[in-house]
Amino acid sequence: MSRAALLVLADGRFPAGGHAHSGGAEAAVKAGRVTGAASLEAFCRGRLHTSGLVAAALAAAAALGVDPAALDEAADARTPSPALRIAARRLGRQMMRAARATWPHPELDALARRFPKGAHQPVVLGLTARAAGLAAEDAAYCSAYEGISGPATATVRLLSLDPFDATAVLARLVPDLDRVAREAVAAARRAAEEGPEALPAASAPLLEIGAEAHAAWPVRLFAS
Amino acid sequence: MHLDHSHDGPAAVSADAVRPDGRRRALRIGLGGPVGSGKTATVAALCHALRAELSLAVVTNDIYTREDAEFLLREAVLPTERITAVETGACPHTAIRDDISANLEAVEDLEDEVGPLDLILVESGGDNLTATFSKGLVDAQIFVIDVAGGDDIPRKGGPGVTTADLLVVNKTDLAPHVGSDLARMAADAKAQRAELPVIFQSLRSEEGVGPVAAWVREQYAAWTASA
Repeated sequence: MSRAALLVLADGRFPAGGHAHSGGAEAAVKAGRVTGAASLEAFCRGRLHTSGLVAAALAAAAALGVDPAALDEAADARTPSPALRIAARRLGRQMMRAARATWPHPELDALARRFPKGAHQPVVLGLTARAAGLAAEDAAYCSAYEGISGPATATVRLLSLDPFDATAVLARLVPDLDRVAREAVAAARRAAEEGPEALPAASAPLLEIGAEAHAAWPVRLFAS
Repeated sequence: MHLDHSHDGPAAVSADAVRPDGRRRALRIGLGGPVGSGKTATVAALCHALRAELSLAVVTNDIYTREDAEFLLREAVLPTERITAVETGACPHTAIRDDISANLEAVEDLEDEVGPLDLILVESGGDNLTATFSKGLVDAQIFVIDVAGGDDIPRKGGPGVTTADLLVVNKTDLAPHVGSDLARMAADAKAQRAELPVIFQSLRSEEGVGPVAAWVREQYAAWTASA
């Protein structure tokens, strides 16, 4: 495994479409649930331990070589909101384009052929990590981190939050990131033995509801 | 730069000239420039001028609404299915330059769903003078400024004014009313751009979008000839 490849994949400037999405932060800001650094931290912690854990486990399982089509089905089953399923597939398609240009791999080609309009983003991310020669832990960390760095960056734009405060929020969540990545990898190893049913199914109802409301707004800054 | 040139799958990678089905893709021309300079009006006029001779589609990059796409739909310049709006997460320049994935998806979907297409116009959200299109997204770019935005813009330069394949100075009919000196703008543009073309345009004049449409036709002829 190469630590440098992980830096390339985890870089917020990796061109996979994430900049147009807020990870639910725009809906939470509008609803008054995120108003500053403290509430952003609470939002990110909640996201990390629910949808973040599920995404990280999916990514780790894909990196281990679990059948990506089965993982995609598992992702669908764990994403009740149609708006979030659409966003996840759109981001998966964009991640696929960047992945095939950066780490060409027959397994990526096969998944792109099977899902021309996009598989769930964490599955594509995990397979990208695999194509880059990275381990399940790397995929889990990458997925968990982008699950909170996206909302933090979006909140800087939405609330004109001090960017130093937003980055300090991410730093304070490091112990949580470590824990979630560890749990995700353990679940992914179980899934490799027992099948995708062994993956976590934590959910955050407010994120799901917020995403549905957000998708119907006529004026918004972010795509989700 | 792309490491994979085999493309054994559905999506081509950015600037590839050939689609996965072996057909040549549409020519893509980007239109960028500051807010209110007349990008959408120019796109609408180009659609009117060219739609009888070319199979056309448009991608808009609104900053926080769908207004540009809706304007084009309201003006009925093209059938609804030929106009797509991309959401840009408050950063229109990122979506046309640093991370072009959503725009590439939009142009590919248009070719899949309403193709074959000859030309796709990609309109940027109104942004600053540094916004330029990635070569992975468009084959040529037009930068649209207007005389009312200040006649010192060509002198100030910046990547859009200096490097765009075509600079359009729009709303020349307003020049006497806002005290803009067209001769000075032309001299400054020449100094910034050397041999790159500049067109002074008023969509209210009889000539209208004609010269810009002629430039687009030249680009299309060159694109077809290079096949």
